[in-house]
Amino acid sequence: MTANYIMRARNLEKWYGPVQAIREVSFDVPGSQVIGLVGDNGAGKSSLIKILSGAHRPDSGDIEFEGKPIQLRSTKEAMSLGIETIYQYNAMIPQMSIARNIFIGRELLKFNIGGYGPLDFEKMNEEAMDAIADLKLHLRSPDTPVSELSGGERQGVVIARAMHFKSKLLILDEPTNHLSLKETDRLLELVSSLGKQGIASIFISHNLHHIYPIADRIVVMARGKKIADVSKADTTITEISNLIM
Amino acid sequence: MSVSKVIMNSPQRRFSTANLFAKPEASAFAMLVIVLLGFELWTGIFLSPMNGKILLTVIPELGIVALGVTVLMIAGEFDLSVGSVFALTPMLMQVLSVYYDINIWVSIIVALAIAVLIGYVNGAVTIGLRIPSFIATLGMLFVARSIAIVVVGGTPRPMSPDTPTAFFAYDFGMFRSSLLWYIALLAVVGYVLHRTNAGNWLFATGGQPQAAKDLGINTRRVKLSAFMLCSFLAGLAGIIQVMRTRAPLPSIGGGLELEAIAAAVIGGTALTGGVGSVIGCLIGTILIRSIDNGLVMSRVSAEWFRTALGVMIVLSVVLNVYVQRFAVHGRHKES
Repeated sequence: MTANYIMRARNLEKWYGPVQAIREVSFDVPGSQVIGLVGDNGAGKSSLIKILSGAHRPDSGDIEFEGKPIQLRSTKEAMSLGIETIYQYNAMIPQMSIARNIFIGRELLKFNIGGYGPLDFEKMNEEAMDAIADLKLHLRSPDTPVSELSGGERQGVVIARAMHFKSKLLILDEPTNHLSLKETDRLLELVSSLGKQGIASIFISHNLHHIYPIADRIVVMARGKKIADVSKADTTITEISNLIM
Repeated sequence: MSVSKVIMNSPQRRFSTANLFAKPEASAFAMLVIVLLGFELWTGIFLSPMNGKILLTVIPELGIVALGVTVLMIAGEFDLSVGSVFALTPMLMQVLSVYYDINIWVSIIVALAIAVLIGYVNGAVTIGLRIPSFIATLGMLFVARSIAIVVVGGTPRPMSPDTPTAFFAYDFGMFRSSLLWYIALLAVVGYVLHRTNAGNWLFATGGQPQAAKDLGINTRRVKLSAFMLCSFLAGLAGIIQVMRTRAPLPSIGGGLELEAIAAAVIGGTALTGGVGSVIGCLIGTILIRSIDNGLVMSRVSAEWFRTALGVMIVLSVVLNVYVQRFAVHGRHKES
């Protein structure tokens, strides 16, 4: 292996009926780097993300994760490998508490019989608070329903969830969409600190000004194709802007 | 300071009346107390042992149906066919045991298995064909009722002499064995719903289906299981009622689906899914049966029952919405 790649994708193709959403897309994610994925609406960013997160299967092409070829059949499978996705719509259950939200689908149990068992509330609350404290988020209690949190706090909890489950690759799909300016700054800071902790991430946004400061590499897509894949050092924000247009 | 200490000292842990009433079942409980005391003062015999026995007999039959409906509503779906399944299941038991002379226990098990199958069909049609469960189960309401009438024919025959009526509805004096079944079911379903990972998946599936799916929960299987449980409980309740009355008539359970949904809603279950509790469903059931019985006891025309029920449904939801808004508002001020 030439470099330490966490994920490599080769010749991905995806059709939705007669429409081709992804055309021969190949790209690599080196470990502990932040990849900025940009492109106009309909460029194929979301389709690509759905494939990498396990929600959709590509019609052709190969994906390698930590040097091994993988076939993702579900998001759950991706999550168990350490690929965690953060969606723009905020994948949480508003009526449920912070602690319960962090552990949805991966609940801590006192014991289990065939995959079912009683929840260990004490341990879940404790670990939830630890995960939140690690990110220096100030939330009142693990019992607080998520519906009472602000948009930024919610994305914070989602990132805490990803960190808690030791994800190796974080996919962030337009995470700044519903955030205030201050919350956006806080989130960007958080993502760039992930890289220093050895976690790679793919950051999708249509706002180049969010991505540019924190990305190590920038990948540009248009009409389902990858049209540029450059190290930030070799380019400028104007150059990328022109490519997207 | 350790993290757990922070949790213990946080304002949320302090007792607060606003938080207490923010629980959706709290306003239903307040209404229940008012209704029980009101009827007692009005009639003087509402809380007497004699009337208590009547209530304890009819509460489990609605309560078991409402329990299944509540679980399904938490998962974000409806079942309008429970009243028809309530009738069809004992009719099937009756046809198998009396008309075909099959062992009564085998007949009961087969009848309940068919009830579960109906739940599976409801779920499969709803999920597989992507139509609202309201429509799928509305169709089943007519189909199951019609089959219930067809299988027993025009003239229902008496029940087989070896029918285990005592097992389902033995008369202990103050209550029947059906009450014990109901309590056991409340405990088991309540535990699964509020204390296990399976319950967590149910709330997640109803609360925010896309998130549940993205987090790896098999929402189809969760919903399908809820449909099957709901139908099973409706069938079981039907068998219990027929065992008590010894009158296997295919017309039983008419309108029961709406009473069951009413019990769930009065108890704080949200129509949109993701919110609800077993305790709330119990309170809703007691409330409905108390009003039904209390109006009779106070010699008011029984036709007023539906008026009272209608007012109660709207009132409970309005109360829940406003009390919760008040509680959240108060909490924000507090912190």
